[in-house]
Amino acid sequence: MKRIYLDHIAATPLRPEAFEAMRPFLTDAFGNPQSLHAAGREALAAVDAARAEVAGLIGAEAPEVYFTASGSEANNFAVKGLAAGQQARGRHIVVSAVEHNSVLNSVKALERSGFSATLVPVDREGRVDPREVERALTKETVLVSVMMANSEVGTIQPVAEIAALCRERKVACHTDAVAAAGSIPFDVKALGVDALSLAGDQFYGPKGAAALYVRRGVRILPLIDGGVQEGGRRGGTENVAAIVGLGQAAALARTEMAARAAVLAPLRDRLLDELPRRIPHVLVTGPRSGRLPHHASFCVEFVEGEGMLLFLDMKGIAASSGSACTSKALKASHVLLAMGFDHATAQGSLVFSLIDGTTGADIDTLLDVFPPIVERLRAMSPLYTQYLNAQKRGT
Amino acid sequence: MYSEKVMDHFANPRNVGVLSDADGVGQVGNPVCGDMMTFYIKVRDDRLADVKFQTFGCGAAIAVSSMVSEMAKGKTLEEAMAITNELVADELGGLPKNKMHCSNLGADALHEAIKDYRAKAAGEARPAVPAADLHESEGCACPYCETALEEPEKTFCKACRVELEECPSCGGITKKGEPTCLHCGKPLGGKA
Repeated sequence: MKRIYLDHIAATPLRPEAFEAMRPFLTDAFGNPQSLHAAGREALAAVDAARAEVAGLIGAEAPEVYFTASGSEANNFAVKGLAAGQQARGRHIVVSAVEHNSVLNSVKALERSGFSATLVPVDREGRVDPREVERALTKETVLVSVMMANSEVGTIQPVAEIAALCRERKVACHTDAVAAAGSIPFDVKALGVDALSLAGDQFYGPKGAAALYVRRGVRILPLIDGGVQEGGRRGGTENVAAIVGLGQAAALARTEMAARAAVLAPLRDRLLDELPRRIPHVLVTGPRSGRLPHHASFCVEFVEGEGMLLFLDMKGIAASSGSACTSKALKASHVLLAMGFDHATAQGSLVFSLIDGTTGADIDTLLDVFPPIVERLRAMSPLYTQYLNAQKRGT
Repeated sequence: MYSEKVMDHFANPRNVGVLSDADGVGQVGNPVCGDMMTFYIKVRDDRLADVKFQTFGCGAAIAVSSMVSEMAKGKTLEEAMAITNELVADELGGLPKNKMHCSNLGADALHEAIKDYRAKAAGEARPAVPAADLHESEGCACPYCETALEEPEKTFCKACRVELEECPSCGGITKKGEPTCLHCGKPLGGKA
């Protein structure tokens, strides 16, 4: 059975070029970048080269890039570090209701230490209205964080507009670009953000290497206190091999992302068009245009996500869901609820995220394999029976 | 993550369906927490002559329902009432810790169906099985510490010791007195 991997949002495969670039730093070139000797200098040169590549991907200057161990760490660093750095001017934060939990829970942690926060709602397609952000700003607001793209519904946010109104009011603006970086082009200077998170495992780099861009001159306090690494803003010996892999992945993404999007977007569109056509009561979540090029997401009514994932897995297809059952907390996706989906519908959340190498044949296989799975689960769904009975009664 | 037995009952569930002439019907759970089960029973000479179920929920919920139906079929009502959630989980070779919630519904749904039958047999009027309210606003876990909230007390998290309230717009749970909903950002009662 051919395995079809459609779970980019969980992890992308490591590019062989990135692996090859990493290999020496997992074997002979083991030096600590902070050491004075040749082994150390070699490691430092590699980390600096990777920093330049990551900066190149997003239009930053190399010293504005700080390496972290994950996208979640970058988001924690941004939210907590920027809030702490600006708190002399106020203690209010504005974030969207559909942020990743690493942003939302960082905000919750700050609330426990005396900050207050406003969640900005989104529309039915998961989009933040910049006017809502503007309305949420108070004299006390010191930080706005709105993601560049949502990994669950694919929606791309109007970050440049939000950053512009933050700049007018001298409020720090962060964007979590973990789901977007390496997949859609952007330039931090054109966006006008003060900080931006990205992670290598979302664009064919290794796990364990991510970065936070912090615009030169913006005050941010460290999350990890320690030595002189990362300009004193992030202590801890650098994960040299992973950082080198991230740098290589950034270099590849810069040259290849447009071509990859040109291949994947039509496949995504076929899935978005065809799945609701082949199966009744399937809703597309997120917008039709203005979404990530590799991202197709749905709510399949009357069934729960985990059952679909398990049956798809038996057919060799990997996908993901934001349903309560697939999360460990038994909660429906906060993203879908914020978009106005009811709990039952949100439980049928399903995300297919395409990767480099996904083919039209893969999509055809999915389109053939999936309808009987839904039929099977609906046949045992009391919600579907209730729906059919209501139809019969003509209500 | 799941035992072979759970996967078998999930992929090939026994006794799925609806008994239109059921002697008793039991329904538990709701889509908010991700699981909902309906059990139908036929009773002959105080035994469960037939058991059918429908389940909306995860793999564990489906496997649990299937196992309960298998364990119950042919048993006397008293024997069936003695089936506990623990017995079902054991029979399945165990369930992941975060899925024990699902196993707690299986036997409950069966017991509700038996109670429904007994009430009918005694000539008591039992309220009709309510159609699931798809917009039912009920949370399942504390939004601050993720501890599962117990059924009747969703307004208080024992672990964090905070009072909670439901958002009228999205049904999400936020600490009482907050100005806006933690989940959808819509205004709540508290002052900003």
